[in-house]
Amino acid sequence: MLQCDYTTSQLDVLEAESIHIMREVAAEFERPCLLFSGGKDSIVMLRIAEKAFWPAPIPFPLLHVDTGHNFPEVIEFRDRRADELGARLIVASVQESIDAGRVTEETGRRASRNRLQTTTLLDAIEDGEFDAVFGGARRDEEKARAKERVFSFRDEFGQWDPKNQRPELWNLYNAKIRKGEHIRVFPLSNWTELDIWDYIRREGIEIPSIYYAHTRKVFERDGMLLSESEFVTRDEDEQVFEAVVRYRTVGDVTCTGAVQSAAATVEEIIAEIAATRITERGATRADDRASEASMEDRKREGYF
Amino acid sequence: MDILRFATAGSVDDGKSTLIGRLLFDSKAIFEDQLEAVERTSRDRGTEYTDLSLLTDGLRAEREQGITIDVAYRYFATPRRKFIIADTPGHIQYTRNMVTGASTADLAIVLIDARKGVLEQSRRHAFLTTLLRVPHLVLAVNKMDLVDYSQERFEEIREEFTAFAAKLNAPDLTFIPISALHGDNVVSRSENMPWYNGSSLLHHLENVHIASDRNLVDVRFPVQYVIRPQRATDPALHDYRGYAGQVAGGVLKPGDEVVHLPSGLSTRIASIDTFDGPVQEAFAPMSVTLRLEDDIDISRGDMICRPNNQPQVTQELEAMVCWMADATKLAPRAKLTIKHTTRTARVLVKDLHYRLDVNTLHRDEEAGSLGLNEIGRVSLRVTQPLFVDDYARNRLTGGFILVDEATNNTVGAGMITDAR
Repeated sequence: MLQCDYTTSQLDVLEAESIHIMREVAAEFERPCLLFSGGKDSIVMLRIAEKAFWPAPIPFPLLHVDTGHNFPEVIEFRDRRADELGARLIVASVQESIDAGRVTEETGRRASRNRLQTTTLLDAIEDGEFDAVFGGARRDEEKARAKERVFSFRDEFGQWDPKNQRPELWNLYNAKIRKGEHIRVFPLSNWTELDIWDYIRREGIEIPSIYYAHTRKVFERDGMLLSESEFVTRDEDEQVFEAVVRYRTVGDVTCTGAVQSAAATVEEIIAEIAATRITERGATRADDRASEASMEDRKREGYF
Repeated sequence: MDILRFATAGSVDDGKSTLIGRLLFDSKAIFEDQLEAVERTSRDRGTEYTDLSLLTDGLRAEREQGITIDVAYRYFATPRRKFIIADTPGHIQYTRNMVTGASTADLAIVLIDARKGVLEQSRRHAFLTTLLRVPHLVLAVNKMDLVDYSQERFEEIREEFTAFAAKLNAPDLTFIPISALHGDNVVSRSENMPWYNGSSLLHHLENVHIASDRNLVDVRFPVQYVIRPQRATDPALHDYRGYAGQVAGGVLKPGDEVVHLPSGLSTRIASIDTFDGPVQEAFAPMSVTLRLEDDIDISRGDMICRPNNQPQVTQELEAMVCWMADATKLAPRAKLTIKHTTRTARVLVKDLHYRLDVNTLHRDEEAGSLGLNEIGRVSLRVTQPLFVDDYARNRLTGGFILVDEATNNTVGAGMITDAR
C-alpha cells in the first residue's frame, strides 16, 4: 500500500542524478578521469563518485592541473583527500608545460597562468588517453555554461562547438566518440551554489580552510581583494592590508578574489550566500571579467 | 523541498524572456552583477528597456544575432521548491529544442499573446508538450494589460484552446491570465483582474502536485553497472556483487520476488544498498544498488522487474520519432544505433507510416523520409531484445535516442507506442 507520497528532497534528486551520470561514464568509457582541484565543487563531485561505486573503490584516477600558483591550504587538502580514498592522483603541471616550451608565461602586472592551463590539461588528457573527463562545472555559474550538455563533446583538438551540440533527452547520454576525441562530463550541471553548500552541510564534508573566514594580507584591485603572494606583481598604489576574508571560489592565487566575511561555519556561509546579490564568479573571478564572452572563448579552446 | 522541472515555450514576442526574467528577479535568482551586465549591453545596443532575454542568451552568436540558439537551463528557488527551467527558443530549430527541453519536464508553460490569441505556434507548442507527455500544461495568456484586462478576451482564448486540447489528449491544463511586464498574476494575484479566482503563476508552480506523476506501480530497474569490489583487503566484500542503477518505475523492497530479463529467472531482493546504508524501499528517481538472493548472470542493459508485471520483451518497435539532424534524413532501410534505458543496440528502420504536420496534425502517408525537426510514425527492428513500455505509461522505459553510426551524433528521439 502506498500511503506516503514518495516525495524526494532536492538534494536527494540531484545526488541520484549525479550518481546515475557517473555510473554511465564508468560503464561506457574505457579511461575516465575526474578533475580534482580541491575546490568545493570537485570535493562534492568526489563524494558522489565515492557513493556511486561503494563499496568498490572509485574506478578512475583523479587529475589536477596545477598552475603552481595555488593556495597551499588547498594543495595540502587535495593530497590528503586522495590519500584517504586510496585514489590515484595525477598532477599535470603548468610549470612543466612552460619549461618544455609548450606555452609561454604571460608577463606584466596582470600575468596569470589561467589560460595556460588549457594546454596542460589537453596534454594530460592526451598523455593519459582519457576518453571521459569529469568536471565540477555548474550551469548556474556562467551563461555559456547554462547551455552546455552533461555529456559535452570535444573534438580531437579538445574544442567545444557550442552551436553544434548533441541533443540530450531524458536520462539517455550519448557516449559515442572516435579515438582522440573525448567527452567532458558535468555531473553537477543542475546544482546551484546553494545546493553545493547545503550538501556540504548535510553530508558533513570537509573543505579547505580558506573557504571559512580568516585573517589574510590582501590588496585591492578592480574592486576585488587579491591575496598578497609572491606570484602577483603589485603597483605602488596597491597597498597591502589585513582583513577578515573568505573565498567563495578557489582557483589561482593570481586571479581569485576573496570576499570580506566573518562566516566561520557552513551555516553562516549558507546564510551569507542566501542573502548575497552578486554571483560567485562575478564577485571573485578576474578571469571572467575580461569580456562578456570570455568564458565561452576559453571553453571553445578546451578550458574546463 | 522538492524539484519542479518546467519548460517554457513561446517566442520573445510573446514575452517569454520577460516572464522568465520576472520569475528570476522576483525570486532573487538574478544577481546585481548579472543585471548590470544586461543593462550595460542593452544601453550599448541602444535598447530603451532592459532586455532580459540577454540573461538567457549566453552564447556570443546569440547576442550578436539577437536570437536564442539552444536550450538554456536556469535555476531559482522559493522556500517551497527548487525550480529548473528549460528555456527553449522560439524560432530556430524549434521542434528539436522543445522536444529536448520537454523530455525531462514536469510541467510546460505555453505563452499566448492575448491580442493575437491561439496561433499556429501555440498549437504546435501544446502538441509537442503532449507528445512528450509532460504531465502538466499551463497556458499563460500574456499581455492582458494590452487588452484592458478583459475577462471576455481571456474566456475566448480559453474556449478556443480547450476545444483544440481535446484532440490532443492533453494532461492537466491550467489557464492563467498574466502581464509579465507589469507582474500581474505572476508572483501574486493581480488587482487588475478581480474576476480571476485562480492562483498566480508562481503559486501554481509551487503547489502543483507532481509526486504522483512518477510511475510507482510498474517495477522497472534497468541494470546500469555491476559493482564487484576487487579490494582483497576486506574479505567480507570478496563475494559482494551488487547491481547498480536508477529506479525507472515502481517501488522495490527487500524480500520482494523479482524477475531478471532477458533470462526470465526469478529470485528475491536480498538488500537495497547505498553508501549511506541499506534502505527499506527504493523508487524513482533513486540511484541504488540491489543485491539478490541467487546468483544469476546479470549485466548492464538487463532489466529487473516483478513476476506478474513485466515490460514487453521485443525486437520490433512502433514509435513516434522526432528527427534532429540536418545532414541526413530518416528513411526506410536506414541503420542506426539505439540507446534505450541502459541498453545499446543497432536498429533498422523498416517503415515510415506517416509524417505528422505539427501545426495541423495532418498525417502525410505519402512521405518517404523525415528531415530536420520533422516527426513521424515508424517501425523499427532491433538487433537484440529491448524491455519496453508504452511511453505514455513510463517515459524512462518508453523513450529512446538514435545515434548516427558515421558521425556519432544524436540524430533522433523516439517514443514507443503500442507496447503491450
